[in-house]
Amino acid sequence: MQFFHNFPLDLFIIQTVNGIVAGMILALVASGLTLIFGIMDVVNFAHGELFMLGAYVGVIVIAYTGNFWLALVVAAITIAILGAAIQIVTLRPLIGRDPLNTILVTFGISLILQNYALWQFGPVARRMPDPITGHFILFYLDYPWYRMVIAGLSGAIIGGFYLFLKYAKFGVWIRATTQDRVMAQAMGIPVPWVLTGVFALGAAMAAASGVLFAPLAGVDFSMGLDWVLKAFIVVVVGGMGSLGGSVVAAIFISLLESYAAIWLDPSQAVIVSFVVLILTLLFKPTGLFAAPK
Amino acid sequence: MTRHMTRHDKIYWAGFAVVMAILIVAPLVLPEFWRRFLTEVLIWGLLAMSSDLLIGYTGMISFGHSAFFGLGMYGAAAALLLVSPPNLWLAIGLGLVGAAAAALFVAYFSTRLRDIYFAISTLIFSQIFYVIIFTWTSLTGGENGLIFSRPHFSIPFLVDARFTTTTLHWFVLAVVTASYLILRRITQSPFGMVLQSIRENEARTRAIGFSVQHYKIVAVMLSGLFAGLAGVLYGIQNEFVAPNFVYFITSGDTVIFNVMGGIGTLVGPILGAGFFQLLHELMSRVFGDQFPYLIPLGFIFIAMIIFLPQGLLGFARRWLNK
Amino acid sequence: MSALAATSPQLLVRVEGVHTYYGKSHILHGVSLEVAPGEVVGLLGRNGVGKSTTLKTIMGLVQPSQGRVIFEGMNITGMPSHKLARLGIGYVPEDRRIFRLLTVMENLRTGLDRHGVSDQRKAELLDKVFTFFPVLGERASQAGGTLSGGEQQMLAIARAMMLEPKIILLDEPTEGLMPRMVSQIRHIIDVLHNEGVAILLVEQNVPLTLEASQRIYIMEKGMVRHHCAASELHASHPIIKQYMGV
Repeated sequence: MQFFHNFPLDLFIIQTVNGIVAGMILALVASGLTLIFGIMDVVNFAHGELFMLGAYVGVIVIAYTGNFWLALVVAAITIAILGAAIQIVTLRPLIGRDPLNTILVTFGISLILQNYALWQFGPVARRMPDPITGHFILFYLDYPWYRMVIAGLSGAIIGGFYLFLKYAKFGVWIRATTQDRVMAQAMGIPVPWVLTGVFALGAAMAAASGVLFAPLAGVDFSMGLDWVLKAFIVVVVGGMGSLGGSVVAAIFISLLESYAAIWLDPSQAVIVSFVVLILTLLFKPTGLFAAPK
Repeated sequence: MTRHMTRHDKIYWAGFAVVMAILIVAPLVLPEFWRRFLTEVLIWGLLAMSSDLLIGYTGMISFGHSAFFGLGMYGAAAALLLVSPPNLWLAIGLGLVGAAAAALFVAYFSTRLRDIYFAISTLIFSQIFYVIIFTWTSLTGGENGLIFSRPHFSIPFLVDARFTTTTLHWFVLAVVTASYLILRRITQSPFGMVLQSIRENEARTRAIGFSVQHYKIVAVMLSGLFAGLAGVLYGIQNEFVAPNFVYFITSGDTVIFNVMGGIGTLVGPILGAGFFQLLHELMSRVFGDQFPYLIPLGFIFIAMIIFLPQGLLGFARRWLNK
Repeated sequence: MSALAATSPQLLVRVEGVHTYYGKSHILHGVSLEVAPGEVVGLLGRNGVGKSTTLKTIMGLVQPSQGRVIFEGMNITGMPSHKLARLGIGYVPEDRRIFRLLTVMENLRTGLDRHGVSDQRKAELLDKVFTFFPVLGERASQAGGTLSGGEQQMLAIARAMMLEPKIILLDEPTEGLMPRMVSQIRHIIDVLHNEGVAILLVEQNVPLTLEASQRIYIMEKGMVRHHCAASELHASHPIIKQYMGV
């Protein structure tokens, strides 16, 4: 009884909301990563840098036009093109080689992109204003509407992507290529371009997450690594290659971290995701939430 | 069991002797900066060589070597700060213990996974160590790191001398050379043969009856030990340790040295480390300190993976391993 | 040697002296054959002589080390298979290889969703296929993996038909099928032939092949050993016994 008397219920609910918001962004990042891994067997080390560059593009577009939605679209398209270029130049030559090569190459790319950002934009973080002002009262907090919008948008993008995979022509091509690359080609599906498209799509999703996240905490050249690490953990815990699993795992881990932040220092709360990873590896290495294929 | 010196052996040891002679004489003729540079290259080379045991011989890419390096470094720092007067051998011992502990932890969890999953999990685990070291300020000094003084080179009743840049270089050279010879012996032993068999075809090795996971754990631990040794040497040379050495970038650099130098050769990674540091230094001198040298280096790295995957010394891989 | 179809000025497919390796195994030792437009050509031989490999080489799934493949006068050796599919070569592999997790309709769509095909044409093609294979129409929204073996074979052929190909490479379509299905396949081959689609038919079922084809090639050990009109052979012909006999 004593426990419930002291239990910070309002703080708990606030952290639940925070956890879901963070979880939705993480889900979007992880979805891109899962997509690329599930279909191309490529572990995209540079995913965090695509996220970061997307955020920077967003910052620049907003500085010029003040329009957040334009920033979102421009960032997604620009980074999608960058992603396609990366895939064509560095990953196509590696098709058929040991998949560990792709991890090395995408690692090299993350190095280049990160240092490029440092060089171009400097070490100081950039801020982005909230695109939607206004708060609502959540217990004793002025909770910004914007956060709910991000969560909603992330969900909408993931949902839209799921529908795309299921019904659109390119979506059918992607699923056919995943199941049987050889026969997909024999049916006239231009598999090399499907792979490029998939990578570009994953990159666009990373970039969109970056723009959505930017108003929350500012943009700097090193933000990529933390996100890609967490995204990897989500992908492993969610079951590598499982879109639904990634989304559930992202929210699960973010919620746990939010709750941990009630008692722990934020920089230590990140240990929660590591612990979840360790437990998953020990007891269910195929993934806690892996959907049956 | 004795073995006749084959022609290969003669050339190999002759080459070895020549390289050793150059490295021993070098500090005597090089200016101070380059003396330290060479010593550091050897230390990074040792780190890269330790990683080669996993990448080149067992077929496991590790992104976690920053943890082993870092814990070796911090273990040495602990010894040098806690015991007065600072003792070299205690520093090495404690550093190795620290690295071994980290290696055991990582090995236990990560070796359950294969290939890509192994690589990612080593990365994540090394970041765990980074976060712990970074935030446990009371123990590790946090962001600021720890400063200490370099121990003397002392053997009880025999010698007690300060290290000069030159004598430190010789000490590091001795340690690195001994490590190379030991690692070479390991890779050529029956144990090493099993590792290589795992690299070639893990399923078949398991089917033959080897407990693959146990071999992998031992490999990770050996690799971690030598990486920790490199960390100890680095701490001793610089009289300073900081969390950023435990950060992922160190692991990344290690992998770059391996790939550039040529995996599976043991000496290749040392050359890779030298090549990388030299390019870095040259670019700094030509283009200035602020130049993002990692961008062109990144391109070179990627180009090498695509076009020259065997690395600088890859062509000599078979020969070096005979 | 018999005459080729005299009406067509140009051969549809010509395979010239093709050598193909799987790793170190030398599978095809200089295979040469021809298919004229609208012809049904049978390719017979025991297991392992390289019949499937020949089809795969034509389809670009395997690269020959020597020799050429010519399609409508164009050298297609080494071209990627998705380009060949668009040029008009359909492929129905030995194990059917339909997309098990896609529905029947989605399987058909992989061939149907091509550039430059009007919606009306697509509807016509679907109509045609559902007329030939009514059971596919019934199961249109079921996953491919839930179909029976015979139904999957029909789906594999229907899928290739979606490409409106000039030639279909059929690899052992009747393998493992019940007699009722076998005659259905036989009927499909006739229908396709009447539509002017050429067929290169690899089969173990000798009587069916002899009935359905105009010309026959017989392979042994990676080479074509015999070539004649189908009418010159029958199931118990000594040449058949020689190359197919157990």
